[in-house]
Amino acid sequence: MARTAVVSIGVRPRVVSLGRRSLARFVRRRTAMAGGIVSSVFVVMMLLGLWIAPYSPAATDYNRTLELPSLAHLAGTDDFGRDIFSRIVVATRYSLGMGLGAVFLGAALGMAWGIASGFYGRAFDNVSMRIVDIMLAFPGILLAIVVVAILGPGLVNVVLAIGVFTIPSFARLARAPALAAKAQEYAQAARALGASNSRIMGRHLLPNVLPSCLVYVTLRVGTAILTASSLSFLGLGVQPPTPEWGAMLAQSRVFLNVAPHLVIGPGVAISLAVLGFNLLGDGMRDALDPRLRD
Amino acid sequence: MSSYLVRRLWQMVPILFGVSLGAFAFLQAVPGDPARLLAGPDATLQDVQLVRARLGLDRPLILRYVYFLRNALVGDFGRSFRSGEAVAAIVARHFGPTLLLSVASVVFATVTGLGVGLLQAVRRNTAPDYVSTVVSVAGISTPPFFLGLLLIYLLAVGLRWFPTGGMGTARSLVLPALTLGAGVAATIARFARSSLLEVLGEEFVRTARAKGLEERSVLLKHALRNALIPVVTMIGLQFGFLLSGAIVVETVFSWPGLGWLMVQSISFRDYPVLVAEILLFSLQFLVINLVVDLLYAGLDPRVAYG
Repeated sequence: MARTAVVSIGVRPRVVSLGRRSLARFVRRRTAMAGGIVSSVFVVMMLLGLWIAPYSPAATDYNRTLELPSLAHLAGTDDFGRDIFSRIVVATRYSLGMGLGAVFLGAALGMAWGIASGFYGRAFDNVSMRIVDIMLAFPGILLAIVVVAILGPGLVNVVLAIGVFTIPSFARLARAPALAAKAQEYAQAARALGASNSRIMGRHLLPNVLPSCLVYVTLRVGTAILTASSLSFLGLGVQPPTPEWGAMLAQSRVFLNVAPHLVIGPGVAISLAVLGFNLLGDGMRDALDPRLRD
Repeated sequence: MSSYLVRRLWQMVPILFGVSLGAFAFLQAVPGDPARLLAGPDATLQDVQLVRARLGLDRPLILRYVYFLRNALVGDFGRSFRSGEAVAAIVARHFGPTLLLSVASVVFATVTGLGVGLLQAVRRNTAPDYVSTVVSVAGISTPPFFLGLLLIYLLAVGLRWFPTGGMGTARSLVLPALTLGAGVAATIARFARSSLLEVLGEEFVRTARAKGLEERSVLLKHALRNALIPVVTMIGLQFGFLLSGAIVVETVFSWPGLGWLMVQSISFRDYPVLVAEILLFSLQFLVINLVVDLLYAGLDPRVAYG
């Protein structure tokens, strides 16, 4: 039903607003919708996890360890008899929370960096973009590992680590539109009226930078979730007994022979979350900012 | 061409300088006193002082950086805090396994990726196209450590075809290479598909068909070669990320490479080893980018560097 309605918007020869057209293109991409639904489910799990989970993620039951999935325990129980499904649900707030937090942090700092670089220009622009080049020369997870090695493992440090390696790509993305907007009449007029530098950057350049950056945020969340769970898997992120997908996988490794379901639950959760956000990001990019396509 | 090469190599110098500065700053920023760590828990204050002097940690900061840089240039990264062995020797020993694993993964990923991409482009919008698209999207989204554990369970624990880890016979290479290459193969397939579809619409393909060439030679000689240009960049970039993907995959399979060494050196706070690895990883990344740019010219006569 919904689909035919959408197709007719495209066919009917009438003027539709840009927002409406974007929405139509967005819905037409069913994969993007699927991604949107999956990531919404994860966001709900992140926000309401403690209330959704049927058991406490920390409740142990030594009479029921390493049990296979059943109606009582949807994903089985782990070596402490804890309900794996509940742990996966509650873990969303850590795994997804770290990913979202890191990308927002990196995006905010990166946009500020890129806008400042485009606005001040000259030597400042030159030097700051070379620093961006150097940061981009590092593979992301390597940079994150270095930061974690300095700060030590833990939730906040993982967010900082992934945030740091997210900065340079946003700085580069934000610089070009900031540079273009700086030359526009309204920015020049604001300057002539005596607006301060920070006001010009915040009120006149930022709105030009935001659209592409917001799309890119969605595209980066999947990577950030993956990196966060990788760090936890390596023992450099969130530490047990806190439920976190990567950490849960790492702890389950030893039981691979006897209880593979311990590995499957958290693994599927990571894959689905990454997939959902990637599909959503791809769809948003196609609908809102096709230029970002590489 | 050669002047381009010289210029590109010259451009690497400031970047590497920045990286070395970053690596040195990192060494200063890490918490904990390496001298105390090396001297052991029972060491007296005097012992710690001795160790500190031996490591040169009592000198001024700038002097230490100059020493660090001078030594790094000749490949001397000091001695491991953990074993006392020369860092260069340790890194060299673990370099081979990682190189072997990366090359095996890239070969696997390139062959599979190009094959699947070609199939998808030729059979566009048919069941095989859809199925392989779904599989490759899933491949990109599955974290390598999860895929690795699944493969271990199915093929090593279940069917006993391959060992669960470690590095021994050629058999032990299969699972790590599959795990590391899967995501890359999926990415290459996606790129090859869209790139091929673009090329297949070009006029020279129509000409090739019009003059009666076999479809096979149209695809392989005319279309694929031109479609390869963006794909090669992709492979090159992925190669760089493979090196970091190796950190996770080597840990899963206890593969004694640089990634495994890196995780070890972090948990043992073996900073000299870690710094050498960071420098090596960055250098590899820069060199790979350069090689990719040079490969362009080889593939596409229209690209000329002056």
